Amino acid sequence: MLDNLTNRLARVMKSLKGEARLTEANIGDALREVRMALLEADVALPVVKDFIAAVKEKAVGEEVIGSLSPGQALIGVVHAELTKIMGDAHEGINFNTQPPAIVLMAGLQGAGKTTTVGKLGKFLKENHKKKVLVVSCDVYRPAAIEQLKFVAGQAGVDFFPSSVGEKPEDIAAAAIDWAKRHYHDVVLVDTAGRLAVDEEMMAEIKRLHAAIKPIETLFVVDAMLGQDAVNTARSFNEALPLTGVVLTKLDGDARGGAALSVRHVTGKPIKFAGVGEKLTGLEAFHPERMASRILGMGDVLSLIEEARKGLDEEKAVAFAKKLKAGKGFDLNDFKEQMAQMRSMGGLSALMDKMPAQIAQAAGQLPAGAENKMIGRVEGIINSMTPAERAKPELIKASRKRRIAMGAGVQVQDVNRLLNQFEQTQKMMKQFSKGGMGKLMRGMKGMIPGMR
Amino acid sequence: MFSFLKKSPADGKSDAKPGVPADAAPVEAAKPGWRERLFKGLAKTRAQWGGKLKSIFSRGKVDDELLEELETLLLTSDCGMEATLHLLDELKKAAKRDKLDTPEAIQQALRDALLATLQPLEQRLDVSTHQPYVIMIAGVNGAGKTTSIGKLAKYFQGQGKSVLLAAGDTFRAAAREQLQTWGERNNVTVIAQESGDPAAVIYDAIAAARARGIDIVLADTAGRLPTQLHLMEEIAKVRRVIQKIEPEGPHETLLVLDANIGQNALAQVKAFDKAINVTGLVLTKLDGTAKGGVVTAIARQCPKPIRFIGVGEQIDDLRPFSAKDFVDALFE
Ligand SMILES: Nc1nc2c(ncn2[C@@H]2O[C@H](COP(=O)(O)OP(=O)(O)OP(=O)(O)O)[C@@H](O)[C@H]2O)c(=O)[nH]1
Ligand SMILES: Nc1nc2c(ncn2[C@@H]2O[C@H](COP(=O)(O)OP(=O)(O)O)[C@@H](O)[C@H]2O)c(=O)[nH]1
Ligand SMILES: [Mg+2]
Ligand SMILES: [Mg+2]
Repeated sequence: MLDNLTNRLARVMKSLKGEARLTEANIGDALREVRMALLEADVALPVVKDFIAAVKEKAVGEEVIGSLSPGQALIGVVHAELTKIMGDAHEGINFNTQPPAIVLMAGLQGAGKTTTVGKLGKFLKENHKKKVLVVSCDVYRPAAIEQLKFVAGQAGVDFFPSSVGEKPEDIAAAAIDWAKRHYHDVVLVDTAGRLAVDEEMMAEIKRLHAAIKPIETLFVVDAMLGQDAVNTARSFNEALPLTGVVLTKLDGDARGGAALSVRHVTGKPIKFAGVGEKLTGLEAFHPERMASRILGMGDVLSLIEEARKGLDEEKAVAFAKKLKAGKGFDLNDFKEQMAQMRSMGGLSALMDKMPAQIAQAAGQLPAGAENKMIGRVEGIINSMTPAERAKPELIKASRKRRIAMGAGVQVQDVNRLLNQFEQTQKMMKQFSKGGMGKLMRGMKGMIPGMR
Repeated sequence: MFSFLKKSPADGKSDAKPGVPADAAPVEAAKPGWRERLFKGLAKTRAQWGGKLKSIFSRGKVDDELLEELETLLLTSDCGMEATLHLLDELKKAAKRDKLDTPEAIQQALRDALLATLQPLEQRLDVSTHQPYVIMIAGVNGAGKTTSIGKLAKYFQGQGKSVLLAAGDTFRAAAREQLQTWGERNNVTVIAQESGDPAAVIYDAIAAARARGIDIVLADTAGRLPTQLHLMEEIAKVRRVIQKIEPEGPHETLLVLDANIGQNALAQVKAFDKAINVTGLVLTKLDGTAKGGVVTAIARQCPKPIRFIGVGEQIDDLRPFSAKDFVDALFE
């Protein structure tokens, strides 16, 4: 059911082999598949319609270059357009004001506002050396203020106490006054979650905004949102002059079509992505990665794309084929794969091509560790005989000792490598059967140091 | 029609109970009553569906264009591809079989198809089978678990049952305090620990409920995403530990779903079901404009009884699920 777009298009594009140009006629079916894929990814229908119209305009007349199939050519257009709509790579917090820079958070209940205040506080303190004050104007939800206090403690930023009897405007005004007198660079103002149809509550946050005149008003949205994201985003955007969006819970497996809906409706930059419950789980937003994710193709295709940019295309294609087939994957391929990873700029660059959650998990590796790890893997495989590489099951205790000696490592290292290889092999098989979900789970075990 | 949204006038003031902390008061005073807000919310939902439906149905003919517009309608309410195609299929069949050619008849047929899909999910929860009856609550982050527990405590107490809460969210900042506030609002005991082990807290709570002859234990858990495999394993363990003290427990495992969530809700049901054997659903935040149509997809692909719906943030904003009312609300 949840076929990825690549597979879907492969089906409808079969009939198009050999056509040199994309035409309105030959992409009609394919565009319907794109529409389905976007809807399954929770992109709101009106947004899907606009998007398809834009893609059609771009694609018609496009030449189908070289070895690409018309389907791949169309995906290229779709992907590029989607990435473009997603906006620029990263726009941080605007500090271009008389300090303190005031940041107001807004969003639905449970979106992740309070957690994001903690994450941003930590981020601004550690990466921008800012003196940060946080304050909660959530006088409704039980223990909301305590939650922020706790989170501020974890983030190591200053917390301005408030209480449920107070008015949000008064709380914020007092906090800003305090911040001015204590030379804080930034004040992060948390608010209660609210529904866009709750007129009282929307009026409240409008008043709060008018009172504190924040330089940033960030709309915090859950990446799992469905079709209604478009209504919610429109209402918040109309009620408040939003300056940016924070997309949370991207560590889940939602395809995240809401990102496109929100971006399309508000036109505001997605400034950060929440990728975990912990306060370290905040990242710059990657439009390209998000586009792949929404299309359900953070996989083979972008590897090919990458390879086309001057790397070894044939090898990448062969690798992709093996990935798909899930058979005949031996230690030679494993080594090849490692080498490819290195030539593609290391694991981290490769991970950029993978959906966010893998990339995030990989981010937990210490810097530089990946290349060292790849080097060691190559060393071990190099000291195996060709027969051993083709038939890893031959490698028993005595052979392991020999290989370890040859590579200058411990027997455990050989064992670990064989384990990783086995898991990768299994993962390849799963991938050919079950697609990304299984691949991602498999991936976790494959990379050392990853939980 | 909206009998499930209505209640006796006296209920409206029930928040002003002893044990309600001072912080609840200004909220009640400042905001319009829940019923008003709910109706405003549902009115919005109705206006959107109703408006579109009217223009569609006034066309009066079953042609491809009409079907495409109906498809649009179902898709924008988060029904998802599979359920939408199924419903349209049913509609086409019915139209052909019964020679439907009036707008009213088409509308009724779609209504019937929706109802036929959702009716099997309407199964009330019977808490009288065990004592203590252990209800475990699970879901993704921010779905509305803790709030739903607060409302459920009120609901069961209203049925004359005694209730005890277990603060099994040992991860999120101030989660315990949040549940304790709900405990105070309901005047019920909350079992909490300093320890970070959710299984231990819930185990203790069940033991306490036994000792005190309590009817129902509501066990909160931390929000988690199905991709966090270690956390899915953790909650599976919580369930196993419950079974050590209550071999047949948990007697109900409720998965809380936010009506704003799109197709990922399906994945949530499947993943949580695999980990902890989900026996019922709570669909929250239906007081907004989100329609929660994803339950039709759930009904088709991984059916679970929808025990309750959440229609606001206040203690009374909980209703048993009624398929007919749910469908009516979409068409009104
Ligand atoms: N996995 C994951 N969980 C997150 C992320 N951001 C927030 N959460 C969790 O989502 C839940 C809700 O987050 P909060 O920060 O309390 O959300 P809020 O918008 O302040 O919620 P209200 O104040 O209730 O409206 C909590 O359980 C957080 O731990 C994220 O990026 N990934
Ligand atoms: N409007 C509305 N908000 C709700 C509903 N249920 C819960 N919430 C809000 O959603 C947010 C998250 O709820 P919470 O119970 O903390 O979620 P948990 O993280 O799953 O325990 C809170 O701000 C609640 O007030 C509902 O039915 N309607
Ligand atoms: Mg909050
Ligand atoms: Mg909770």
